Amino acid sequence: MHERKIWRRTQESNSNPTNWDTAIPFIPFITVLTIDPENLALRNPALISSRKHPPIRPKNEMPEISLNVNGKKMSVDADPSTPLLWVLREKLGLTGPKYSCGIAVCGACMVHVDGKTVPSCNTPVSEVMDGEITTIEGLSENGDHPVQKAWIEEQVPQCGYCQSGQIMRAAELLANKPNPNRQEIFDHMKRVLCRCATYYRIVKAIEKAAKDGE
Amino acid sequence: MKYIGKEMSRVDGVAKVTGRAKYAVEYKVNDPAYGYIVQSTVAKGRISKIDTSKAEKLPGVLKILTHQNALKVEEETRQFRALQSDTVLFCGQPIALVVADTFEQARYAANLVEIEYAKEQPSTDFSDTERVQSRGPAPRGKPAEELAGSPVKIEAEYSIPIEHHNPMEPHGATAFWEGDKLTVFDKSQGVYGVRGHLSRSFGIPEGNVNVISLFVGGAFGSSLNVNYYPFLAALAAREVKRPVKLSLTRRQMFTGHGYRPYTTQKVSIGAESTGKFRSIIHEGATNTSTYEDFTESTTRFGRTLYECPNYDSPYYLLKTDLPTPTWMRAPGAVSGAFALESAIDELSYELKIDPVELRLINYADKDPETGRPFSSKALKECFTAGAKKFGWEKRKFAPRSMRDGDLLVGWGTAVGTWGAFQAPATAKIRVRNDGSALVGSGTTDIGPGTYTVCTIIAAESLGIDPKKIEFVLGDTELPRAPSQGGSITTASVGSAVYGAAGEIRRKLVDLVARKEGTALFGASFEDTELVDGNLRLKSDASRSMRVVDVLKEGGVEFVEVEYQSRPSAERQKYTTMAHGAQFVEVKVDESLGIIKVTRVVEATACGRIINPLTSHSQEMGGVVWGIGMALQEATEIDHRYGKMMTTNLADYHVPVAADVFSVETDFVEEKDEIVNELGIKGMGELCLVGIPAAIANAVYHATGKRVRDLPVTPDKLL
Repeated sequence: MHERKIWRRTQESNSNPTNWDTAIPFIPFITVLTIDPENLALRNPALISSRKHPPIRPKNEMPEISLNVNGKKMSVDADPSTPLLWVLREKLGLTGPKYSCGIAVCGACMVHVDGKTVPSCNTPVSEVMDGEITTIEGLSENGDHPVQKAWIEEQVPQCGYCQSGQIMRAAELLANKPNPNRQEIFDHMKRVLCRCATYYRIVKAIEKAAKDGE
Repeated sequence: MKYIGKEMSRVDGVAKVTGRAKYAVEYKVNDPAYGYIVQSTVAKGRISKIDTSKAEKLPGVLKILTHQNALKVEEETRQFRALQSDTVLFCGQPIALVVADTFEQARYAANLVEIEYAKEQPSTDFSDTERVQSRGPAPRGKPAEELAGSPVKIEAEYSIPIEHHNPMEPHGATAFWEGDKLTVFDKSQGVYGVRGHLSRSFGIPEGNVNVISLFVGGAFGSSLNVNYYPFLAALAAREVKRPVKLSLTRRQMFTGHGYRPYTTQKVSIGAESTGKFRSIIHEGATNTSTYEDFTESTTRFGRTLYECPNYDSPYYLLKTDLPTPTWMRAPGAVSGAFALESAIDELSYELKIDPVELRLINYADKDPETGRPFSSKALKECFTAGAKKFGWEKRKFAPRSMRDGDLLVGWGTAVGTWGAFQAPATAKIRVRNDGSALVGSGTTDIGPGTYTVCTIIAAESLGIDPKKIEFVLGDTELPRAPSQGGSITTASVGSAVYGAAGEIRRKLVDLVARKEGTALFGASFEDTELVDGNLRLKSDASRSMRVVDVLKEGGVEFVEVEYQSRPSAERQKYTTMAHGAQFVEVKVDESLGIIKVTRVVEATACGRIINPLTSHSQEMGGVVWGIGMALQEATEIDHRYGKMMTTNLADYHVPVAADVFSVETDFVEEKDEIVNELGIKGMGELCLVGIPAAIANAVYHATGKRVRDLPVTPDKLL
């Protein structure tokens, strides 16, 4: 998206299109995706500097809640009954877990609490204050958890939206049962929906991760 | 070909398995406010009173928009636009938007908005609604007379309930303004469509609107039309002077973006005793709203599929007090195929001819509708390959004749077909002096793998390693390209990328062809190619220069082109279709009515395959969609109130991992030089088209019960 700006600039001033190119080096695709959309200010610094209105917030009467997320102590202002998912996504910026059904039937919001998957969309944050919460962002440092690696090798993702829930669920299965049979995989994974319906590859990826873990 | 047709891992794979891929409401914006939509609880009438005073007093509430204070847009459209009047057109219509500091505050305040209606009785019962004949081609031959004179006849009626796309990502947008410039991150299949709509709605130039859709968590047609919520998000952002995030809830999605319409069909086939079709009358009707006509080609696909001299395909619309339907994966085709391919199966038992054989007897070698040749058609080969892999010759003809222990076994087949379309598209390429390339086009990737296949096409046609290519999409800052829908993206955008690469080569040749002393002095454009980072002569590969040296020689840091591809004139002389043959095995527990789709073999002929990995993913997904449509999916309506009832993922059933057993997808590659230069036809819809019929046919073969009303749920077998 730095690059896109180059194009925008190129269109604006055709006379001197090369300045930007030398200033910003080529960023490989994945890097762009991983760092740039994270923060819109990067894409558009003007957004912050030109902001004229002050933050409008009600007087803070919310209790402070401490959480252990991905190995770090964090504290947030939130009503104790707020679903964990909203705290993760909107307060902590961890958007790996997804909102999808909102009633704990689709599994897109799955995170680990003390190693067990819970649907974060209907788990009050107050229930997990003592637990160790792990989201997809904390599952591995560089996307190299055996399940993530198998996921790439078996080409599981399509639209990608359910993947965090699928992977967290699969990681839980393999942590407890290193060599599940097909029926056990079905029984465990049927809890997480994939509308691109890449189920066949999900099953194969779990079998692959299990085999590689032997 | 070095990259095309070879397996390549998705370029967006890592982003998607690490949670780093960002969807529409996940971008970090500064100090966002949150919107929550208030929906009508009646289906027809007028809002007589709307009182927002209680809600407005709540802490954190910034603004409540209703039809009384929202901007009135001048956009001329029959599509639904929110908050424009007090008229209620359907149950679940957005009638207010609450904007607050937090999502919870907005949602709570939404409950306190008090509304009174002047109610009218809605009409949503399909058997009981106004029926309007829609446009369509004239009958071929004399269908009615020839049907009456046919020695063998069948006639049957079929129905399909309303179905919803239910992509995993709910529809949503993040919007903010900088002066009179608007930026919207939207879950969209077509950023340009949304841009035009927002520009017209706010009366600002298109150039002032930037719509971005880098990742889309599935859409399947539900984000093809411009939906009502991006306007609401943008309007709210303008009102509260902050970025606004607006996401629909799962329940709101059911009335928020359209659906596959309710479909009722009657198929009459007259045949000779040899099996040869003499006349087909395929009649259909789908529901629409009262304010907009949504039509599909439900009854028309058969006209180009079978050799049959007399054919009619009348089509009607049923006006209902529901929101307007929209395209949902394989729109029209899958609905039409369910009826037609079921009817042909019924006829096969009447004639005592194997259903594959019956389809081959009526095989069309050229388009029976126009007489034009097909640009390519390997359906026969699909039947041969699929039947062999499935073991079709072991099928016992009579229903209820195959068993696996206590379970009844049924084998069914059907044909799928989808047009090989192409639309004008533009791509831009910049090749830089470090040997890398940036390629971009303003289409979207809702999951099929457009990022990856366009990278492959660019790599092949530029002779650059895919690792050195960055393909970007989903942004109106990029050149205009069609929306992702109708299985046209790879054929359209791929052709643009391919064409742009040709223009890059032309520029490179121009840089050195007149330079004495270079290896390519005097080279003509036609005699050059780009291979492995080199520009070289086709006629003499030893006369070659590294592309980076060509740039250096020309004294430039990069070359850049923008190129628009269009469907060729040659295409018009042909009918361009993709085809597939599907074979399905079901096992039925007769005492419980439970059906398992234990085996699917799908053989598909859709031109050239760019990346087998992503292609097979799509085909498997399409098959599973067929399982959902055949056995599970239905949006039920309470006609007393005109209200959709199964509006969540607990009541609206979709397939899960435990519903999918063996799915084998095979491609019968076609070398098609007519459709486009790369021979690409598209496949995202095709893979689904025949599956529901094949499953229903297999259920009949297993049980002897013909279920003509989808979904085939256990109660219909008991």
